[in-house]
Amino acid sequence: MVERSKVRVVIAKPGLDGHDRGAKVVARALKEAGYEVIYTGIRQTPEQIVETVIQEDAAVLGISILSGAHMVLIPKIIRLLEERNIKPNEDIVIFTGGIIPPDDAEELKKMGVAEVFGPGTSLKTIIEFVDRAVENLKRFKA
Amino acid sequence: MESLDSLIKSALSGDKKAIARLITLVENDEEKAREVVRRIYPYTGRAYVVGITGPPGSGKSTLLDKLIKLARDEGHHVGVIAIDPTSPFTGGALLGDRLRMQRHSTDPGVFIRSMATRGSLGGLAKATNDAVKVLDAAGYDLIFVETVGVGQIEVDIVKTADTVVLVTVPGLGDEVQAIKAGLTEVADIFAINKADREGVEMAYLELKMALEFEKEKWEKLGWEPPIVETTAFTLKGVKPLWEAVKRHREHMEKSGRLKERRAFRAREEVKTIIASTIASKVEEKLEKGEAKELIEKVVERKLDPYSASQIVMEKLKEELGG
Repeated sequence: MVERSKVRVVIAKPGLDGHDRGAKVVARALKEAGYEVIYTGIRQTPEQIVETVIQEDAAVLGISILSGAHMVLIPKIIRLLEERNIKPNEDIVIFTGGIIPPDDAEELKKMGVAEVFGPGTSLKTIIEFVDRAVENLKRFKA
Repeated sequence: MESLDSLIKSALSGDKKAIARLITLVENDEEKAREVVRRIYPYTGRAYVVGITGPPGSGKSTLLDKLIKLARDEGHHVGVIAIDPTSPFTGGALLGDRLRMQRHSTDPGVFIRSMATRGSLGGLAKATNDAVKVLDAAGYDLIFVETVGVGQIEVDIVKTADTVVLVTVPGLGDEVQAIKAGLTEVADIFAINKADREGVEMAYLELKMALEFEKEKWEKLGWEPPIVETTAFTLKGVKPLWEAVKRHREHMEKSGRLKERRAFRAREEVKTIIASTIASKVEEKLEKGEAKELIEKVVERKLDPYSASQIVMEKLKEELGG
């Protein structure tokens, strides 16, 4: 298993959605599990999120979105990451949570989101997912 | 994975992804850190380092957010290393300083990196120094290092900065804490933030009194630390704080003190690296079978700790000398 304290996670809230309790709970849980978590705060543009991922050299990006704008914002974030040569599941693990309907979730997974966590997902599930998912990243395979 | 060569080349030309990768390397990998620093060192030396410290909740990050704007307006390329504590229980960290400076994330002339203390004082000092070098080599000419606290760790991190700003908040009694931690001896500028709160006059007086004790020293050095009242949220006092930083820089450069401080920093860095290397070797040694037997003897009162350490040191001397 990859040493958690060497894994940097960015938790971001894009768009105009101000409901940050979920994001903060997940951020804290990941910290308690031993990860290094960078929380961007609310009202982030996709560009700000991508720049943060780059400057913090993050291996994981958790996107929290409850505003319904996920099919606009998340694909944009993924596109911007790919433009900077950061490939989902190879260079970065992207997961998302909030209010995302199952059909959209399927679409997002095809685009590169590794997992979509709906409301009520246990923190244990999220932590175990991150543990497993980072093992497939290039940087930890070497 | 990119080769170290191409990574360094990209970082030196300003590629942020490469810069970030290098910082991760120097944080995580002892051997690679050595190699990276060796190669980028000739490109360092231009950056001016400002340390910002103070207790949690004093508004350092918000102040820094405003200072970055002023620095950018004057054409600086600004690097920021924001340090937050690692939980001693879980080994994880929640790095939230960046939150207050996020508007600068997309500014090509700003690089913000969050760093966790990771539980080893020597390790943190080394990682911070090395990260500063990477940013310096990559072209960031003004680098802020923000640490939290009023304790020894924070003093050690910032005392090697060129200018040290101590931020306190009225009413928390931090001024007393700061005095106790020796920060009043180290700080070049004091900022009383959230100056719209009650107790600002008291805070000012307490700091002023503490500085009275150091009066002779400051007079000899030619710099009396100013106490600036700021309310970062409304921008009040922020320009005067920035002006104070610039004035201090001018003083450091003109008086020759900057050279002294840099010599001090170089000495501290070498010392830290040596201490950290030896500490690792000692850890390694104590894990091996022979040393474990020695420890058992100490527990059984057959050997005292000093004699035991003497034996280990003899072995180490052989190894290091060989």
